[in-house]
Amino acid sequence: MTERNQTEKNSDKSTAARRNFIGAVAAAGGLAAIAPGIHLVQVSQANTPPRPAGEAASKAVRWGMLIDTTKCSSGCNDCVTACATENGINETVKDARQGSQWIRKIDIKEVKTGRSHSLPMMCQHCANPPCVDVCPTGASMKRADGIVLVDRHICIGCRYCMMACPYKARSFVHQPLTDQNPEVPRGQGCVESCTFCVHRIDKGQQPACVETCTKAGHNAMLFGDLNDPNSEIARRVAQVTTTQVRADLKLDLGVRYQGI
Amino acid sequence: MKIEQYTPAEERLFYILLAFGGLVSVIGLGAAYYMEHFGHVVSGMTNQVFWGLPHVFGIFLIVAASGVLNVASIGSVFGKKVYKPRAPLSGLLAIIMLAAGLFIIMLDLGRADRVLIAATHVNLTSVFGWNMIFYPVFFGVVGLYLWTLMDRRMHGYSKAVGVSAFIWRLAMTTGTGSIFGFVVARQAYQSAILAPMFIIMSFAWGLAVFLLVQRSMYAWNNMELHPSVRQRLKNLLAIFIAAVFYFVVVYHLTNIYYAKETAFEHFILVSGGIFPVLFWGGYIVLGTLLPLFLLYHPAIWPKSGSVCAASILTIIGGFCLLYVFIIGGQAFPLDMFPGMEVSSTFFDGVVGTYTPSLPEILLSLGGLGVGFTLTVVGVRVLHFLPQDDLAKLQDAGHAFD
Repeated sequence: MTERNQTEKNSDKSTAARRNFIGAVAAAGGLAAIAPGIHLVQVSQANTPPRPAGEAASKAVRWGMLIDTTKCSSGCNDCVTACATENGINETVKDARQGSQWIRKIDIKEVKTGRSHSLPMMCQHCANPPCVDVCPTGASMKRADGIVLVDRHICIGCRYCMMACPYKARSFVHQPLTDQNPEVPRGQGCVESCTFCVHRIDKGQQPACVETCTKAGHNAMLFGDLNDPNSEIARRVAQVTTTQVRADLKLDLGVRYQGI
Repeated sequence: MKIEQYTPAEERLFYILLAFGGLVSVIGLGAAYYMEHFGHVVSGMTNQVFWGLPHVFGIFLIVAASGVLNVASIGSVFGKKVYKPRAPLSGLLAIIMLAAGLFIIMLDLGRADRVLIAATHVNLTSVFGWNMIFYPVFFGVVGLYLWTLMDRRMHGYSKAVGVSAFIWRLAMTTGTGSIFGFVVARQAYQSAILAPMFIIMSFAWGLAVFLLVQRSMYAWNNMELHPSVRQRLKNLLAIFIAAVFYFVVVYHLTNIYYAKETAFEHFILVSGGIFPVLFWGGYIVLGTLLPLFLLYHPAIWPKSGSVCAASILTIIGGFCLLYVFIIGGQAFPLDMFPGMEVSSTFFDGVVGTYTPSLPEILLSLGGLGVGFTLTVVGVRVLHFLPQDDLAKLQDAGHAFD
C-alpha cells in the first residue's frame, strides 16, 4: 500500500509538473513549432540513466511506454522479433496456443466504421496490477519503478495471474527450455511476461522492442520515465490524447496508446 | 478396530475396494509426474484455457468438502438430533474431500515441487493466499471436532468446536467463490454473488456425496435408512438443489441485463458449442430438474434408489456447471477493445478451445481415487456408520428436531 500511495503521490506530482510544463510549452510555443521532429527522435533514442549495481530501483521513477498506433503498420513485426531474440523466446511448440508471447501485434477494426489499427500488446505494467494482487506467493511483484515482474524462484505455476490479467499479457511455459539468455531466466512451469527488458533498462538501455522500432525508422514506440516532466514520454503524454486499454478498470497503466 | 466383525467375503471386498482406490490414486500420481516431467505441453491446457479439467475436479471436491460438513453443522450448531449421529461421518468426509481436492490442484501446479513455498510465502491480498490459511485450519478444526465427538471427555467442547468449524467452512467457501469473484478481467466472473453461490453449491454437492456414502455404508451392513430420516434428508437435498438453481438464475439474469455481458451470456447459453449443451442438458435437465422430479414425485421418491439417483445426478450437474463456469469463462475471449474486431497471433478475439488430455483425466480421477481410498479406510477403521436410535428420539418427544 505504501508503494501504491507513493506511486499515487508521484503521479500527482507528475500531473502537477506536467501542467507546469504545458504552461511553459505554451509560452515557448513558437520555438517548439520550429524544431519539432528531429528533436523528438533524438530524445526517444536517448538511453535511460543506468542503475548502479546494488542500488534499489527508485520510486521516483515510473517507467512507461507510449505507442503511436498511427505509425505502427499492420504487417510489421519488428518489435515482436526483437523481443523474442532479446529474451530467448526461441522454443518451438507443436500447438501455437501453448507458446509464450511476451509481446504480440493486435489488429483491431472498428465494427461500424471499418477504421483499423495495428498495435503491439504486452504487459501494461499497471500501477495497480491485478496479477500482483492475486498471486498467492508474491512471485508476481511490482518493482519500485513500476515494472511488473515475476520472481522465477517463488512462482509455483498456479496461473491465477493469467486469470486476473485483463490484457492476456502472461504466458505459462508449457515445456522444458534450452538456450536461454542468462540475463533473462525463464522456466518450465512458471508464468512469464514482458519485463520492459528490465535487464537493459538497468544498464541504461531501451527495451529491445523500442530500440528496434526506432532504429528501423518506425518511431512508433517511445520509452521513458513518466514521472520525469522533462522526459520525452512525459511531454508527449501531456500533449497528445492517449488511451489506456480497459481504462474502466482504473489500473493506471504504464503503457499508453496514441491514435486509437 | 474390530476387523474380526467382518466375514471373509467382506474382508475380500474391502481389500478389493482398497486396491482399486489405491490403483486409481497411483495412476493419478503417475499422470501428475508425467505432466511435471514433460511440462503442461502434454495437457490440453493452453495460454488461452489454462485451468482445465483438474481444476473442475479439484474445485468440486474442495467446495463439496465444505458442504459435506453441513450435515454435522445442522446437528451441532442448530441442534437437530437426527443429524447428530451423522456428524462423525460428515466430518471425516469433509477432511477427506478437501485432501482429495488439494491433491489434484497441487499436483497440477506448474511447479508442484514448490508447494511448500505456497505455505511459506503467503500474499494476503490474494484469495489463493487466504486459502493457504483456510485449508490447513479447516483440517485442524474439523479434526478437533471429530476428537470432541469421539472422546467422551471432550464431548463438552463439541458444540463450541462445531460452531467454529461451521463459521470457518463458510469463510473457506466464500474464499473459493471469491477466487473468481475478485477477478476483474473476465466477463464470467467479477461478481459478489459468486461467494454465496459457491456456499449454496457446497451444501447441495456435499449433501449429495454424503447421501451416497451413507447409502453405501448402509448397504454394506444390510441396513435400511428409516423412511422418516430418509424423507428429511431428501427434502433437504431438494431444497439445496433448488437454491443453487435460484443463484444460477440470478447470476445469468444479472449478466443478461448488462449490455456489456450479453455477448458472453449468448456464448454460454446459446452459441458456445459444448458449453450450452453442458449447461442446459447437464446442469439444468440432468442436474436440477431430474433430481427434483425424483425427490418430489410422490410415487417415485419412496422407492429404493431414488434418493441415490438424485444424488448422483446432482453431482453430475455440479461437474457440468463448474465445467461451463471455469472452462467456458476462459474460452470466451477477453474484451479489451469494446466495439472492435480483434485478431492476433495469440488468438485474441477467438473463442478458446480445450480438450482434456489423458494425463489430465487420470490426475483428476486420481483425486477421486484418493478420496475413495481414504473413505474406504476411514469408515472401516473409525466405525462412523450413522445409527439412528429412533425409539429413543421419539420417546424423548422431539424426534427429528
